Amino acid sequence: MSLRPSLLLYVARRLLQAVPLVFVIILINFFLIHAAPGDPVDFLVGTMEATPEYLEGLRREFGLDQPLPVQLWRYVSKIAVLDMGYSLRFRQPVFELIMSRLPATLLLMGTALVVSSIVGILLGVAAARRPHTATDHAATFVALAGYSMPVFWLGQLLLIAFSLHLNWFPTQGMYDLRAPSDGWGRIVDVAHHLVLPALTYSVYHLALVYRLMRVKMQETLALDYVTTARAKGVPERRVVYVHALRNAVLPIVTVIGLNFGFMLAGSVLTETVFAWPGMGRLLYEGIQGRDYPVLMGLFTCLSVMVILVNIITDVVYAVIDPRVVYR
Amino acid sequence: MDAPLLQVEGLTTHLFTDAGTVRAVEGVSLTIGRGEAVALVGESGCGKSMTALSLMRLVRPPGRILGGRVEFEGRNLLDLREEEMRRLRGGDIAMIFQDPMTFLNPLMRVGDQIAEAVRLHQGLDSRAAWRAALAALELVRIPAPDSVIEYYPHQLSGGMRQRVLIAMAISSRPSLLIADEPTTALDVTVQAQIMELLGDIRRELGSAMLLITHDLGLVAEYCDRIYVMYAGQIVEEADVGPLFASPQHPYTRALLKSTLGPDARVDAFESISGQPPDLARPPAGCRFHPRCPEALARCAHDEPPVIRPAAGRQARCWLLAQDAA
Repeated sequence: MSLRPSLLLYVARRLLQAVPLVFVIILINFFLIHAAPGDPVDFLVGTMEATPEYLEGLRREFGLDQPLPVQLWRYVSKIAVLDMGYSLRFRQPVFELIMSRLPATLLLMGTALVVSSIVGILLGVAAARRPHTATDHAATFVALAGYSMPVFWLGQLLLIAFSLHLNWFPTQGMYDLRAPSDGWGRIVDVAHHLVLPALTYSVYHLALVYRLMRVKMQETLALDYVTTARAKGVPERRVVYVHALRNAVLPIVTVIGLNFGFMLAGSVLTETVFAWPGMGRLLYEGIQGRDYPVLMGLFTCLSVMVILVNIITDVVYAVIDPRVVYR
Repeated sequence: MDAPLLQVEGLTTHLFTDAGTVRAVEGVSLTIGRGEAVALVGESGCGKSMTALSLMRLVRPPGRILGGRVEFEGRNLLDLREEEMRRLRGGDIAMIFQDPMTFLNPLMRVGDQIAEAVRLHQGLDSRAAWRAALAALELVRIPAPDSVIEYYPHQLSGGMRQRVLIAMAISSRPSLLIADEPTTALDVTVQAQIMELLGDIRRELGSAMLLITHDLGLVAEYCDRIYVMYAGQIVEEADVGPLFASPQHPYTRALLKSTLGPDARVDAFESISGQPPDLARPPAGCRFHPRCPEALARCAHDEPPVIRPAAGRQARCWLLAQDAA
């Protein structure tokens, strides 16, 4: 599994290819938002009585009076220098706002993705080694249930059970104001807040990875080179975890990468249910407030994240599988 | 007389599928002496490969070994604990498989796959195992072994991969080599090279070989003794010379007629009529009787006895019993 020098070149080329893609995404975002009903100025003014002159002044202030192509050009040229505008609602530069919410989302998603992928893979392997037993059927049933459960509903069930009735975990947020604000106390506090939202997040992904892994592993264990490994006296544990697992896990890598995008989309629901101060909740607040700059900035950042994860997925795949040719 | 290296008696392996019980191996008995080359011949689907996997105790569900004895160097392999059996696999008994395209792990370097076998059986450290892998590649006469050892399987041709599989199998100097159609997937010139190579290696290591094949040409050239298998049973056993000169079982005769020898005329070529039987529902009596040109009335309901017309020969046929009577 040596890293070939062409790998760096490949990564560079993939990054370069991503640039026009990002540009197209920015275009689509721009027109999508402008096609949406509602006027941000109305929302800003709210129920206050406002003169037409005052509204006109606001429009000029935010550049909303300019023709669409001009607005687009200004938006694109500003994004190029990471200026995504100013949030009408939060009264803060959008890029700064998004970056302040990024760590919370990455922590939640990262924890959920890593834990559910590892657990899903291990459970899938275990089930594949003993197919058609009672345990296997039970696990498949549970996985199917987890796979079909809506995230917001599951989140609320967990809240009712573990926070309200059992009082084991906090109901919302990422920190307790009374907890220490640094050191181990802080880490423990955040971890405590993390459990339920991460669990909610994990269930669907875990079920997906488990089901796929079980099938792939069963297929792989029946392949010829696995028989070769057994015939040369490789212990069964090593047959499974060295010879078969690396082969069987390849398609799972692709699925985990793809699922990253779905999880980002799902973050709106989970973060809203648990009041987790991340990008998903920011998106929800942005939609409620018709906060165009925030929404457009978020869409762009989320798209870039998905593109990056896709590239990372392909690189991981290429590192595991020597047959992949970089083009 | 020396005890044989391998003595199999009444080996029975069935596959318990949803469509019914497939009687793949039905009371197979065979003997292999030290250094001897023995062939197991039959049509595809007659249970040859399942016999080989049973000897190695590599039968996977839905298959199961139901009974018999597999005595190897005085021990019944079917009684061994799995861990003891594992030590034998790839050590004293090694196996070479049919399709070099699918029997190598695509994600592991050739050298790592051979070195793994060496490490497992000889307890060498990884550097010594790597050197042993290189030596094994040299033994199978791979050109430029020190660069091939770093290759992944997809970078090699079919013939080269088969050499790698052989290198893996012989790396621990096995006393028995089971070769399951080792040349079927290769073209004819490479076939000859591989068989010559196997012969040379066997002479050098003194290994016995069980060659599983449907190719009687290979058997004539490279084997001492032959077992003919039909529908899960051994139907005839003989030394190679006598078998080709005077086949006793009608199936063997049909098999020989369906093979083109170097001096055969093409119009003398005959195929065996009918289909090999469904092993989930084998015919009553002699399993070959529906396709047998010489079948008697009793063949349809009485199972034929094993007749021994001469020393070292046996055949399972009513015709011979008639002669004897």
